[in-house]
Amino acid sequence: MNPVWVASGTFGSGDEFRDFVDLKKIGAVITKTVTMAARAGNPSPRVVETPSGLLNSIGLENGGITDFKKEILPGLRKTGTRIIASISGSTEMEFADCAAEMNKKPAPDALEINLSCPNVTHKGGKYALFAQDPGMTEKIVKSLKRVTGGTLIVKLTPNVTDIKEIAKAAETGGADAVSLVNTYFGMAVDAGSMRPLLGNITGGLSGPAIKPMALKAVWDVYNAVKIPVIGIGGIMTGTDIAEFMLCGATAVQLGTVNFVDPACYPKILKEFTGYMKRKKITRIKDLVGKLQT
Amino acid sequence: MNPAGKKKILQCRVLSNRKITEEHYMMGIEAPWLAKAANPGQFVNIKAGDNTTDPLLRIPMGIYKVRPGGISFLYKVIGKGTRLLAERKKGETLDVLGPLGKGFDLALLKRKKFLDIIMVSGGHGVVPLNCLAEHLSDRGSKIDFFMGARTAGHIAGFSDVRKTGARVHIATDDGTRGYKGCVTDLLVKHLDRGYAGKNSVIYACGPRPMIAVIKNISMRYGVSAQVTYDEYMACGIGACRGCAVDTVEGIKLACKDGPVFDAEILRLKSD
Repeated sequence: MNPVWVASGTFGSGDEFRDFVDLKKIGAVITKTVTMAARAGNPSPRVVETPSGLLNSIGLENGGITDFKKEILPGLRKTGTRIIASISGSTEMEFADCAAEMNKKPAPDALEINLSCPNVTHKGGKYALFAQDPGMTEKIVKSLKRVTGGTLIVKLTPNVTDIKEIAKAAETGGADAVSLVNTYFGMAVDAGSMRPLLGNITGGLSGPAIKPMALKAVWDVYNAVKIPVIGIGGIMTGTDIAEFMLCGATAVQLGTVNFVDPACYPKILKEFTGYMKRKKITRIKDLVGKLQT
Repeated sequence: MNPAGKKKILQCRVLSNRKITEEHYMMGIEAPWLAKAANPGQFVNIKAGDNTTDPLLRIPMGIYKVRPGGISFLYKVIGKGTRLLAERKKGETLDVLGPLGKGFDLALLKRKKFLDIIMVSGGHGVVPLNCLAEHLSDRGSKIDFFMGARTAGHIAGFSDVRKTGARVHIATDDGTRGYKGCVTDLLVKHLDRGYAGKNSVIYACGPRPMIAVIKNISMRYGVSAQVTYDEYMACGIGACRGCAVDTVEGIKLACKDGPVFDAEILRLKSD
């Protein structure tokens, strides 16, 4: 299994990258998060660059589940890549409905449950995001596992006091894996105009700037749960992939780097296999969690 | 031409890079494929620095000139990225992604025999319009080019546009050159001299307030207008949904469905 995937929201519907990457060579494509109903997303500006980072407040703009199954999924299937569909909802019920709809044939290969997008608000929990509430996380994962019975990956937010607690709740709920991290809360201000640079005022930070924090989150969660951990956060090179795996990631997702260089995937994969060769490591499991402390 | 809308990442040699006004630089790069594939109104995304994450993203650059072996950009130094770009020297290599976006509707010009082509640029908006004027100059089209700038010293592209054969009308805010006032006021005076609506077309590029005025003028005088409207971008290829533009046809993307739009479909804050 190719453990290098591309993150939700960073690869469009795949079609946008057809001039640059053969999708079949990608370990898995996590699709842009889909909700039951179509969403228009947040007002522009939705993206703004910060030092070594990117703030986004896209707001889960998507055409809804029906449009996804009809217009996007078939095209992705034809590329021969593995498809992991990211789903979300505003309430527990919407998550369940979306998962059930997504799971009807033709279905993706797995689901990534987006409990952690910082640009939306969930209703019915104690906090703004279900992924900030271990009780809700466990409850939703349990109900989705019941509804779909397929492979469930739960994407976590780092905007919590203790991400280990949330990861354990996902594990108890029956998650097959956890992916972390989603973006960090952040904002940018234009002192000249005295205005926020994002139309939504706040957004989520990604890119190389967050790698140190994401590595720590992966390390913490790896040491707290038994299920596989998928690492996300500022990966730009093959060496970055190795760093995440040493901290405990079994697989990783490339995100923001796709915006810098749409053809980066094969280069980064090659760098990673080069690292493995140099270290004379032939199996991923001989790298995962092997940080020497 | 590039009917399939193919995009490439190219390593292009810098042929020239010089300061040409107080604020503006002109850079020429060797890019034979891009020169053939790009349309007026399209742009490219350039990596300003090598081996750096700051700036992280590429810089969108409107294509100013197309020549057989390459393309030119007219740009201002406004931040980290453009400052790095200004330091690039002849012979160095630039990482360029393009061509991106949808340019001006050239098929429309072929279909309809427009008697009057009107172009309106506000400040830096001269960039894609110069490219368009050059493209149309080989066809012997009659172009009235209204060029607006803050002061005489802020005017860029005047001689290049004039070389295309367009009749250039200048407006400056302070009157240090040409008409004193908004370039759109100058346009209105021109339209009031009796140009019919259906056989004219307006191409406009400039700051948001100017685009809003052009939209109004277009509706008031019944002249179709194509305008550039851009938004902060991340990927430039339509994948991230960052550069959302609100239109009556739903959310569109400046990098993929634009940056050229029919003025009438844009939903502007001033509407």
